[in-house]
Amino acid sequence: MSEQTSSPSSTAPATGTARVKRGMAEMLKGGVIMDVVTPEQAKIAEDAGAVAVMALERVPADIRAQGGVSRMSDPDMIDGIINAVSIPVMAKARIGHFVEAQVIQALGVDYIDESEVLTPADYENHIDKWAFTVPFVCGATNLGEALRRINEGAAMIRSKGEAGTGDVSNATTHMRKIRQEIRRLTSLPSDELYVAAKELQAPYELVREVAATGKLPVVLFTAGGIATPADAAMMMQLGAEGVFVGSGIFKAGNPAQRAAAIVKATTFYDDPDVIAKVSRGLGEAMVGINVDDIPVPHRLAERGW
Amino acid sequence: MIIGVLALQGDVREHLSALAECDAIARPVRRPEELDSVDALVIPGGESTTMSKLAIDFGVLEPLRKRVAGGMPVYGSCAGMIMLATEVLDGRPDQQSLAGIDMAVRRNAFGRQVDSFEGPVEIDGIDGGPFHAVFIRAPWVESVGDEVDVLGRVTEGPGAGRIVAVRQRNLLATAFHPELTGDLRVHRYFVEMARAADMTEG
Repeated sequence: MSEQTSSPSSTAPATGTARVKRGMAEMLKGGVIMDVVTPEQAKIAEDAGAVAVMALERVPADIRAQGGVSRMSDPDMIDGIINAVSIPVMAKARIGHFVEAQVIQALGVDYIDESEVLTPADYENHIDKWAFTVPFVCGATNLGEALRRINEGAAMIRSKGEAGTGDVSNATTHMRKIRQEIRRLTSLPSDELYVAAKELQAPYELVREVAATGKLPVVLFTAGGIATPADAAMMMQLGAEGVFVGSGIFKAGNPAQRAAAIVKATTFYDDPDVIAKVSRGLGEAMVGINVDDIPVPHRLAERGW
Repeated sequence: MIIGVLALQGDVREHLSALAECDAIARPVRRPEELDSVDALVIPGGESTTMSKLAIDFGVLEPLRKRVAGGMPVYGSCAGMIMLATEVLDGRPDQQSLAGIDMAVRRNAFGRQVDSFEGPVEIDGIDGGPFHAVFIRAPWVESVGDEVDVLGRVTEGPGAGRIVAVRQRNLLATAFHPELTGDLRVHRYFVEMARAADMTEG
């Protein structure tokens, strides 16, 4: 069977399809994706059992502290991280900055995060993500925002939370909101879905699909403010399919141990004995900032529309 | 007969629903005692280094090795194929596998995510035409021992000729993800394998 070409009905291999892009996110489920700024941190993350790393220039806590315009990482740094680990590598592009995305794709990164953590490059349009072979993950605070991103080609969604705070409250709010709006759609008669789509400001076809299946058409992770194993487990119990941890690991006392603990708590999210066990002796968590203390114009989750 | 799906990480839900559609009773397995209660196991797609680490940390690796050596039917897709191999190429130095199928599997052999693809694969023993296979940062089988049956190879494209489906006695592995396609033929094949083994054991 080896050398013969198969039956005429078969098609040639295709890359960059929606199935291949969304499927990649399916493989990350139940896992933890960790922000790293150096190859050394990437190694620590991989050693701890991360399913992927997110390469960026500064973790959100530092972006917040230092201010200024925050951009895509230096390609040398991304290369260094790609070479340091064997797990998938993600990288962030600014909202709407399609050239940063082109560069990141050319570097061989496995997933692009069009991220509100960086300074937006376009205050009206997000990137046309269908135009890329590499898949995209985007943040969302509610279902309408998630479906608009999916309509633009996002192959994975993460709830936003408020990055760089160590305060999980916004992650909770956004995950609950998305799940609540999905549940509401499933309860509506079909003739009310048109208005539901209008209210969500989302395409009717996607609204109808969510109403029928009771889930997003792509994988839903959580992000923003997760700092402890219990934070990660709570988000999983609230319906997240996996966890992004940003500043929470490398701004904490013992990153390697904390990273491994968050990985275990994500797998055994429904087992308080395991969560208790891995939460012991982790040293100090990141100090953190209460989201309420951040003036509204400085809140990252408000970016993106 | 109950079929478990190793649920340490990965696309567990897709395998559970594919097995349910094949009229098998399926449940997730994360702990040694849960492994004891199943007659066969699916190892899903996911990140093999993460699965390996969690399997060690939670005491599942050794019991799994014993069950595999004892003849339990196991099907592994992608990361699951890596877990079943006797030799893992391009893995992590501390990566552990179940050493079930006598083969060398190269991790991420087809390339990074931009090289992930879908396309046809002919599989021996599965009727109904080529299988539309989804490969995601997929491994391939670089070499096999005498007791391993090669069931499928990539038929077209840059990876043409590469081995992507194998069977050794009660162990089945594919480099691709039938659980993502809605085509149940590979899962049916495995459920039949598991039922046959169950009958033999009595």
